[in-house]
Amino acid sequence: MTATVTPVPPESTGSDASKTPVNSKTPADSATSVTSASAGAATTTTPAPASTDAGPGALRALARHRGRLIGVCTALALVLGAVLLGGGGWPTSLAVDLSGPLDRTSDWIIDNRDSHPLFLYFLGHVSNIVVVSVRAVYLVLLALGWAGVTAAAGLLAWRVAGVRLALTSVAAFAACGLLGMWVPTMQTLALMVVAVAASVLLGGLLGLAAGLSDRMHRILRPVLDTMQVLPAFAYLLPVVLVFGIGVPAAVLATVVYAAPPMARLTALGLRDADAGVVEAATSLGATGRQRLLTARLPLARKELLLGVNQSIMMALGMAVIASVIGAGGLGDRVYQALASVDVGAALAAGVPIVLLAVVLDRVTAAAGERIGAPAAHRSALVRNVAALLTAAVVVGGRLVDGLSWPAGWTLDIAEPVNRAVDWMTAHLYSGVPLVGGTADWAGHFTTWVLGPLRDGLQWLPWWTVLLAVGALALLIGTWRTAATAVLAMAAIGVLGVWDPALDTLSQVLAAVAVTLLIGFALGVAAARSSRLGRALRPVLDVFQTMPQFVYLIPVVALFGVGRAPAAAAAVVYALPAVVRITAQGVRAVDPAALESARSLGATGRQQLFQVQLPLARPSLLLAVNQGVVLVLAVVVIGGLVGGGALGYDAVFGLAQGDLATGLVAGAAIVCLGLMLDRVTQPTQRRDPAGKGA
Amino acid sequence: MARTTRSAALAAAAALALTAITGCGAADMTRQASPYADAKGSRTVTLSVQSWVGAQANVAVAQYLLEHELGYRVDTVQIDEVPAWDALSQGRVDAILEDWGHREQEKRYIDGKGTIERGGDLGVTGHIGWFVPTYFAEEHPDVTDWKNLNKYADQFRTAESGGKGQLLDGSPSYVTNDKALVNNLDLDYQVVFAGSEAAQITQIRQFAKEKKPFLSYWYKPQWLFEKVPMTEVKLPEYKEGCDADPQKVACAYPHTPLQKFLNTRFADGGGDAAAFLKKFRWTTEMQNDVALMIADQKLSPQEAAGRWVKENETTWRSWLPS
Repeated sequence: MTATVTPVPPESTGSDASKTPVNSKTPADSATSVTSASAGAATTTTPAPASTDAGPGALRALARHRGRLIGVCTALALVLGAVLLGGGGWPTSLAVDLSGPLDRTSDWIIDNRDSHPLFLYFLGHVSNIVVVSVRAVYLVLLALGWAGVTAAAGLLAWRVAGVRLALTSVAAFAACGLLGMWVPTMQTLALMVVAVAASVLLGGLLGLAAGLSDRMHRILRPVLDTMQVLPAFAYLLPVVLVFGIGVPAAVLATVVYAAPPMARLTALGLRDADAGVVEAATSLGATGRQRLLTARLPLARKELLLGVNQSIMMALGMAVIASVIGAGGLGDRVYQALASVDVGAALAAGVPIVLLAVVLDRVTAAAGERIGAPAAHRSALVRNVAALLTAAVVVGGRLVDGLSWPAGWTLDIAEPVNRAVDWMTAHLYSGVPLVGGTADWAGHFTTWVLGPLRDGLQWLPWWTVLLAVGALALLIGTWRTAATAVLAMAAIGVLGVWDPALDTLSQVLAAVAVTLLIGFALGVAAARSSRLGRALRPVLDVFQTMPQFVYLIPVVALFGVGRAPAAAAAVVYALPAVVRITAQGVRAVDPAALESARSLGATGRQQLFQVQLPLARPSLLLAVNQGVVLVLAVVVIGGLVGGGALGYDAVFGLAQGDLATGLVAGAAIVCLGLMLDRVTQPTQRRDPAGKGA
Repeated sequence: MARTTRSAALAAAAALALTAITGCGAADMTRQASPYADAKGSRTVTLSVQSWVGAQANVAVAQYLLEHELGYRVDTVQIDEVPAWDALSQGRVDAILEDWGHREQEKRYIDGKGTIERGGDLGVTGHIGWFVPTYFAEEHPDVTDWKNLNKYADQFRTAESGGKGQLLDGSPSYVTNDKALVNNLDLDYQVVFAGSEAAQITQIRQFAKEKKPFLSYWYKPQWLFEKVPMTEVKLPEYKEGCDADPQKVACAYPHTPLQKFLNTRFADGGGDAAAFLKKFRWTTEMQNDVALMIADQKLSPQEAAGRWVKENETTWRSWLPS
């Protein structure tokens, strides 16, 4: 009745949420990993009801057939193209120069922002509401004082998630204070509260609409799918243009980024509701509204909470990036520390973000777990005691006048960290005997991998690139995904950024290759040795939540300026998700299959290559997809360390307020993301026999 | 039924509350203060900090004096140069303390909208140029003339610049004509954009540690000169207007007296803080002292400012409003 084929991911992420400490870890990426997994589930569940049983055999035959067909068509098109179209990059006659209209738009907005009714009566109010709400939350947090906030967090965590998480929360907040980051942490928290509330509200409403109406679902799904793969940076410039630098722009960019997972999970929950229960409610004469409120929404509680959890993680992932447009708070501290090349200070501001992410993630995940369990036997009494305790701590704090974190209680981690980083870069940069220094590796990687790859791609005639994209997407997905991929690639040409886009593409491909190589190896190792798995987990958690700005400087210090450090940053960012998905996939392989292989006398190696890996194929494919999407998400960060191409253009657009350059680069990154996602999305293909898809 | 009316009433109440909060009138887009300002009923000044350390030094000292001598609370926000003008116009920040010359923005916001006012000289003169490390210039004295640059191109080569010499450029927010210069002066160089100043500084320090030659876009005043001595390469002389067409530039960068700018409303109604910021004026050496404490000794900007303030009382006394 419900889920049909569901590959490993959706279920495994669910169980992962219960086991792993920071379950979804990356603000940005795990969010993508979990939600896109659920998206996979959504797509497999909705249409084709009957076909799955008939699946494998017919499907495989058709696939073989398809492959040959696609090959023949591609060869034909190649010959035709060579005769008709010739070689070279994207023809200028097919490109549209948008700089004129975009510059005019930007000028118009700046000139009319203070006087046009659209701003005075609508956008201005939006901006003011945001400021008023953030301010209100901020003042409340300040009024509670550090003791009050810490106590409240601890008690709240205790109520929803038990003693251990309560202690973790208290420790996390205390650490924020110890690092001397209390006020920035509160600023970020205030912004986060408002942004998450708005995301949950907006996402919930959209999800409700999509969950209840098939038409809305059809309209919204591709939009949400697309937003899922957009790098956070792509959202910044348009909001800045309308609202100007500052908190309103930051909050709105965060909302746009964090609402989609909420929307898609709400829709998923509603559409997945047990039909039997709904049917029963209907037969009891419940109206549509009653059915929704008493049956479908309660049944979707788990998805709703997962949605909230994802929204929070996405919002935190945006916290640092939004500092580029004036969000203030912790992100701004990280960003300012960058200016004085101070890794230690950046880390001191980055750690509270990681801690906030860990606490919020675990608490919301625990709340989600609780829901399935029988109603907790905690009474109103406990709640009252908790509230009273918090109040007592607040009053106590006020009495001793200790609202702000005591100045003496801080710990300076900046200096030791800087010393460690200096030592590392001094000793690894070059001249290491035998293996050579990191700078030498970077040089070789640039000269022998990145350079030839870029030149090769740029040398290819433009239509062969489109053809290759189309053929690949068709092999892995459906004609629909192929069409999207080809159109996205063509749009890049039309925007007039063909060459830089291919430059970026070459970097993405190289980084993905490295990520997969290391990620698969580590993932398999972690799956086979539980000790290594346990040791890796916290490391992965930290790398996934750590704001990318923090490792910009170490990366340059190790690899010099250029495309190599950009690729390195991307690998660091994408690796955790790939390792995690791989390990999960390999671990989830049916033990019976392994057992039978073993009883047939297969060696460990044979078990791995002939049983575990083939059976984990869906997970591995998902890992590839996630790797690609995540690597692309760091392209803009790569622009900050000399990656050039589209990433640099996007940063340039933001820095110079140059809409023409920035928006076009942003749009091209989005198109690249769409193309890469469609080309690598394995779960999308519904059975070829049904529905004509 | 009852439920319907109740939720309708709720919705109406919410809508009403929303209108009450916002006021039904027009929103004023030129009064967009930061939500973190004025907490605890204090008077707050918001300053824009640019991403380079010299600008941090200005702001740190101004902040220290505003807080310790005049009793303000100071918020700082890091914003790139051009967006900072926009934020200043909207009242999100009250002042920019170091601007390297943005003619287009001056025309738009000062002459056109009148939302920004000039705040006078900062007292520091800025200069952009091309630099090679002094250890290299001493070995090859003729590298300091642009005409000889091509001779050294292969010594400046890196993996990133391909077959050409590498000219290292920095943050995308800085003013640069380097691509046009390389083109118009027929230089066998490739401009490599580090993408951020942090990346550029880190790379320069790595080069210097190994005494490798490099050619970089850089600017004065800058604390890095104290750590890595660099010598300027002479470009064709700057003449008024020679950089008018960005495509045809073939001359050096000008020497720019750095300027302060204030939000008009703040300049008129900002009381002591505005008066103080207008009078704030120091020298290149002073800025460098503070910048070096921040960037090299890794003092926090506030500690660095505190140290400087203790030793230079005669200078800053004259900035305080009488």
